[in-house]
Amino acid sequence: MNLLNADLKTLKSYLEDGRISSKELVQFYLDRINKYDDKLKSFVSINEDALSEAEKIDEKRRSGEKLPSMAGIPIALKDNMVTKGLRTTCSSHILENFDPVYDGTVAGQLKEEGFIILGKLNMDEFAMGSSCESSYFGKTKNPWDIERVPGGSSGGAAAAVSARLIPASLGSDTGGSIRQPASFCGIAGFKPTYGRVSRFGLVAFASSLDQIGPMTWNVQDSVELMKIIGKHDQNDSTSASKGSFEPYEKKLDSLNGIKIGVPEEYFKEGLSPEVEKAVKEAVKHLETLGAEIVNIRMPHTDYAVAVYYILATAEASSNLARYDGVRYGYRAEAENLADMYVKTRSEGFGDEVKRRIMLGTYVLSAGYYDAYYLKAQRVRTLIKNDFLDAFEKVDAIVAPTSPTTAFKIGEKVEDPLSMYLSDIFTLSLNLFGGCGISIPCGFDSNNLPVGLQILGNYFDEAKILEIADCYQKNTDWHTKIPPEFE
Amino acid sequence: MSKIIDKKDVLHIADLARLQFSEKEAERFTDELNNILDYIHKLDELDTSDVEPTSHALDLSNVFREDEQKEQLNNEQALKNAPDKEQGHFKVPRVIEN
Repeated sequence: MNLLNADLKTLKSYLEDGRISSKELVQFYLDRINKYDDKLKSFVSINEDALSEAEKIDEKRRSGEKLPSMAGIPIALKDNMVTKGLRTTCSSHILENFDPVYDGTVAGQLKEEGFIILGKLNMDEFAMGSSCESSYFGKTKNPWDIERVPGGSSGGAAAAVSARLIPASLGSDTGGSIRQPASFCGIAGFKPTYGRVSRFGLVAFASSLDQIGPMTWNVQDSVELMKIIGKHDQNDSTSASKGSFEPYEKKLDSLNGIKIGVPEEYFKEGLSPEVEKAVKEAVKHLETLGAEIVNIRMPHTDYAVAVYYILATAEASSNLARYDGVRYGYRAEAENLADMYVKTRSEGFGDEVKRRIMLGTYVLSAGYYDAYYLKAQRVRTLIKNDFLDAFEKVDAIVAPTSPTTAFKIGEKVEDPLSMYLSDIFTLSLNLFGGCGISIPCGFDSNNLPVGLQILGNYFDEAKILEIADCYQKNTDWHTKIPPEFE
Repeated sequence: MSKIIDKKDVLHIADLARLQFSEKEAERFTDELNNILDYIHKLDELDTSDVEPTSHALDLSNVFREDEQKEQLNNEQALKNAPDKEQGHFKVPRVIEN
């Protein structure tokens, strides 16, 4: 019984035929976390009740009770999704002791399907970052090379799944925060269409861009999780009323009839030659599986970073105004209320969060709104139209997820702009609002994973996941486990 | 590189955002923000006078739900994470001077 490369359906079958109990399965992952996570720092909190929850499920199973689909399987959430009674910190000092009094929608949906939430995963503070270096609780490391970053902001989720410290996880993606760490750690990371998954109980960063999605070692597990979380939610007024996610009834055994666009703008200077080579080979592979490859143009790609860092910071500066030390979170001692606000925020937020609040406050301040915010919203339309034009011609777009493989810890931390530019290939999709996945498509000469991005139109989740799954049925990159964690 | 904002601007923005910085921090933020704003000005290359702004990915408007009473947080739950509380209320430092 190989647990490390068992997907959710397999784990479910092991539990159902009695080969393993839920308690043993939870213990197996707790042991791995104990053994490896001092080094990796992928978890912020562990659910101390996990074993007793597992025992309860085992008892029910023994007594023949009907159990929900994923009963007794452990899972973990990025620490910006609130979980009742389980500390939710956003990897920030300001929420260090925040103990939610309710479950966010996704946490509730997972529990309803029987999942055991084993813990909460490390991230860049408030999901602001591309390297997991801005966490208040210490930097997460990349399991493929402990000297390197796991990517961000969902770096803990990517590292934990990659090192098989948890079978599956959920992350969130505002500008690439699911896909880029998935790429750096060699796993599958799927960003659904904006509004497909409820944001109720997701700590807000940039509300017009944030989206929760699965981070799993194979694509099939992302499909399984989408079936659970891809639903309309009345508690989120931006939740899409499109109905629920439904996977293809019949799996694709080839890509015959599928048109895949390759945008020239994603293969320019700045792209590492080794990443380019791996991605181009993957494109060829998709062609041999039957896809028709079409060269396309997305002329406004180059402006995505500028647009994103205006809109996302503007929204963040507004969303983070709520952290004032009054109702929850950290409070600094002060003589009067005004001083308390200033001290609480200055002591409670880290540098990157402050930088973005400052930038966002500036672009929204009197006299600058038109020049920055409105201008960025107009260019957002142009970027969106690039995608809509492309999807007139093709079913999916493929591109590298990141211009490079995982970079060294500390390499970009002194230069915020160079860090922002590392998101150049992932930001556009959030501005457009469509769906996309990153899956591993090879390794560079340092044995670091390379990510392939497959991007889709609004609500084309099933198609994109199916293309990715078809690729994985014909490759084995996703089955590789970092050597130190086998 | 042209200077778009100076230290005085940074201190003003900090005030708006309820943040405070030491002299040294303010200088560093001035340099970093100038660097980022300088990059952002590449948007000026595009003529967008005829382009409508996009504020949201989906065309949602007027999302309604039934007006019905549902389970809400009770007072104890709402105050659970409060740094300071008294008699069922959030407690803050003095607002009005003596």
